[in-house]
Amino acid sequence: MNYHNLKIEKLQKTVESMSAKAINNFLIRDAVTNDISEIVKLDAQNTGLEKNEYWKAAFDRFGNGNGGFFLVAESDQHFCGYILGEIRAWEFGSPPCGWVFAIGVHNDAREMGIGSKLFKSICQHFQQVGIEKVRTMLARSDHLNMSFFRSQGMRGGPFIQLEINVSE
Amino acid sequence: MKLNKATRFALFSVLELANNPEHHLSATDIANKFDISSHHLLKVLHSLVRARLVGSVRGAGGGYRFIGNPKRITLLDIVEIFEDIRLPPVEAEAADDTEIGNALSQIMHEIDEITIATLNSISVETFLKTMHFYQDDLPKSTN
Repeated sequence: MNYHNLKIEKLQKTVESMSAKAINNFLIRDAVTNDISEIVKLDAQNTGLEKNEYWKAAFDRFGNGNGGFFLVAESDQHFCGYILGEIRAWEFGSPPCGWVFAIGVHNDAREMGIGSKLFKSICQHFQQVGIEKVRTMLARSDHLNMSFFRSQGMRGGPFIQLEINVSE
Repeated sequence: MKLNKATRFALFSVLELANNPEHHLSATDIANKFDISSHHLLKVLHSLVRARLVGSVRGAGGGYRFIGNPKRITLLDIVEIFEDIRLPPVEAEAADDTEIGNALSQIMHEIDEITIATLNSISVETFLKTMHFYQDDLPKSTN
């Protein structure tokens, strides 16, 4: 069975399990090493890129409460989403704030409140350590995530993203 | 960004109607609430009916109600019924072939892109759910 078929089979199991439980019943917890392979698959499904080394490094850096918050959502012991963030401070005068820089929810588990719960959970973690603002940065063309973060109440902030081609 | 009057009236109408899904509101109800011309508003409502965002019922107890999908209809969808703010295909304007004209044109394009992405990311449902976050930023009355 190739990777694609394995993925489909796993997704079907996940969805069947979710449907059976009407999906209200999911848990948000800290990511553990065993989640990395599921996160890599989900990210690959959403972005088209499989980034094994990136996610391993992200877990080493931010998992287990080291320097950030790396949370996952699961339903009936099936992985269905993740969120990743850290605290950044004093970038061009910005007091410490929470940065969310990755979120993913399984395609078939969307519009069930999982992304909202992941986002609320990471905001609570930030709040518990004294953070009052949470920020993120995404592509203008990323309609899905733009709409999601807007639906959580996020709005344009006082900072703006700039870039340059260094070869110019 | 400055929206034209009809666009603003359409946004007021759709958002007010979507915020009162159980009720039919008359043009006068909406005009009074936002202190706008009911004559002009009627024309706007007619366009919204034609765009199938708003339904109308005649007679006593009738009026207008929002019939779109609040999760799917975005502010951009409403704006675009009344004005074309989509980015045009890149076509040269006067002085675009000069270094200053070209750079200025690209900066304006950058601003337009942000405007469109923002309007397109806010659904009617999101607007109504999050509008209270803007409460602290209400313009202060000059009276």
